[in-house]
Amino acid sequence: MSALGPTLALAFREIRRHLLRSFLTVLGIVIGVAAVVTMVTLGNGATAAVQEQISGLGANLLQVRPGQGFGRGGGGPAPPDFQMDDVEAIRTQVAGVVAVVPVAQSSGTVVRNAANWSTTITGTTAEYFTAQQWTLATGRVFTPAEEQAGKAVCVIGSTVQQNLFRTEDPLGERFRIRDVSCEVIGTLVTRGQGTFGQSQDDVVLMPIKTVQRRFTGNRNLRIITVQVDPAYDTVTVTASIQALLRERRNISGARQDDFNIFDTAQISQTLQGTTRILTALLGAVAAVSLLVGGIGIMNIMLVSVTERTREIGIRLAIGAVGREVLQQFLVEAIVLSCLGGLVGLALAFVASWALAPVLNVPFMFDPRINVIAFLFSALIGVVFGYFPARRAAALNPIEALRHE
Amino acid sequence: MAAEPLIRLRGVTKTFGSGAGAFQALRGVDLDIEAGEFVAVMGPSGSGKSTMMNILGCLDTPTSGEYLFQGFHVERLDGDERALLRRRYLGFVFQGFNLLARTSALENVELPLLYRGEPPRARREAALAALAQVGLAEWWDHTPAELSGGQQQRVAIARAIVTMPRVLFADEPTGNLDTARSIEIMELLRGFNARGITILMVTHEAEMAAYARSVVHIRDGVVASVERRDP
Repeated sequence: MSALGPTLALAFREIRRHLLRSFLTVLGIVIGVAAVVTMVTLGNGATAAVQEQISGLGANLLQVRPGQGFGRGGGGPAPPDFQMDDVEAIRTQVAGVVAVVPVAQSSGTVVRNAANWSTTITGTTAEYFTAQQWTLATGRVFTPAEEQAGKAVCVIGSTVQQNLFRTEDPLGERFRIRDVSCEVIGTLVTRGQGTFGQSQDDVVLMPIKTVQRRFTGNRNLRIITVQVDPAYDTVTVTASIQALLRERRNISGARQDDFNIFDTAQISQTLQGTTRILTALLGAVAAVSLLVGGIGIMNIMLVSVTERTREIGIRLAIGAVGREVLQQFLVEAIVLSCLGGLVGLALAFVASWALAPVLNVPFMFDPRINVIAFLFSALIGVVFGYFPARRAAALNPIEALRHE
Repeated sequence: MAAEPLIRLRGVTKTFGSGAGAFQALRGVDLDIEAGEFVAVMGPSGSGKSTMMNILGCLDTPTSGEYLFQGFHVERLDGDERALLRRRYLGFVFQGFNLLARTSALENVELPLLYRGEPPRARREAALAALAQVGLAEWWDHTPAELSGGQQQRVAIARAIVTMPRVLFADEPTGNLDTARSIEIMELLRGFNARGITILMVTHEAEMAAYARSVVHIRDGVVASVERRDP
């Protein structure tokens, strides 16, 4: 009987003999494992979703804006916008920048035939597309000549394209922005919602000079986007840009910056850290239910030992040694909890697969957490099965046989 | 064999409890049983015959005295060693049958072979042969609930003899059966005794004791008399 085969067969027979009770016994484990695995799977999905949305902001990007925080700041005069020579200064004096992209923004209604649409007009350079990781669906970006001359050419996002052109091919077509006739030279692939819920596809991109001359009427820049060399740490680059801009804007000593640098990598890390903590927290709460499931197993196994005292007596009289009786009950508990674990994993798979689209996160099957949860349920069988099994093994055969 | 009996008890006592509530069930039992015997143990209830049988069956240990089984000092063995001895040499038949419920006759009979580590095929063959010897070959897949009392006791006997033990202990094997069934059981036991299995049987029915070749009378915790009948 030291061989595991017959013991396993015995355990399965015992479980089959009390199918309903066995099921109720492991229900705690089933729910516990299912809860832990579902929570972690969905949590991983959420982390991935955040990561995905953050990467939509562009990789290793710093966004330099005038003012503090997201707004223009509180009282007092509005801080001045940036100028092209700020862009040049960052490009030439800060180490570790790949591209420095000026951005001027305006808004307006775009009109074509009977269709019109109110949107944001962004003036920038061709580098913007690589820095922001925009992919063209059709056409091309601005040429240096077009940028230099301030030509009225534009690349449009899918929202603008749909509203003005429906299903027509917009390439080479013209539409009107305020009183400027503009030629479409490219279209962008659809990107969907951004990190903060705004549509990223509702854009018209033009050479910066065109926007400054025709729309804003000044040479100011609302944003400077800096793409950082991946070999450099964004924190150091941020510090260099901050020091440079403080100098250029004559901010000395303890006075606060009148601009802010928004580090997408850092935001990404922070958000990911947050979702990871939440995942761990939910997983921990679910793990408590696993523990409760283990106690359920111990409870039923103890009842089972009492109920089967006579059977144990028969086995002992026939010549089973204590170790064999212990092994029988232990294997039974482990088989039970492992079966519970497997059912829990299956349940978790179905639940997270069904819930992921509802919660708008990707379904990401994580083999690691599945293996861990399964091993944990086996461990619960060992821990909570041991005590009842030892009690069974310690029975005196004569008393056990007399038990009614 | 004449020099060393199969079973030898010398000055065996057994006391239950301690202090004022102590009860001495056996007060110095001396007994020799030769291999191949068929012994009936008789005595009023409370005489200590069950206690003696438990000690003889290696289920319990004496408080003092010696128990030699094939020359081994059983009183010096621990619980697991006694279990191995039971597994190897002893078979048990109880008054209450003590079959595993919801388990087929075949699986019940296979049980001792399972603990002996026999391979499944050999287990099955031996168990079916044992069932055939007690006349239950066709009932192998029935559970105890589907069998009559006499049939259950025959399954229990098959389970006891499937390992070909040296000694078969039968504790009131006919206590729960009517006379006709009892006689069937006794004929079976006599048959196995004829094939060399030593049988020790507790009974309080003289009719059943008549099947034995000697009768040991226990009274007040000692052997009162040993009555030998030569066939």
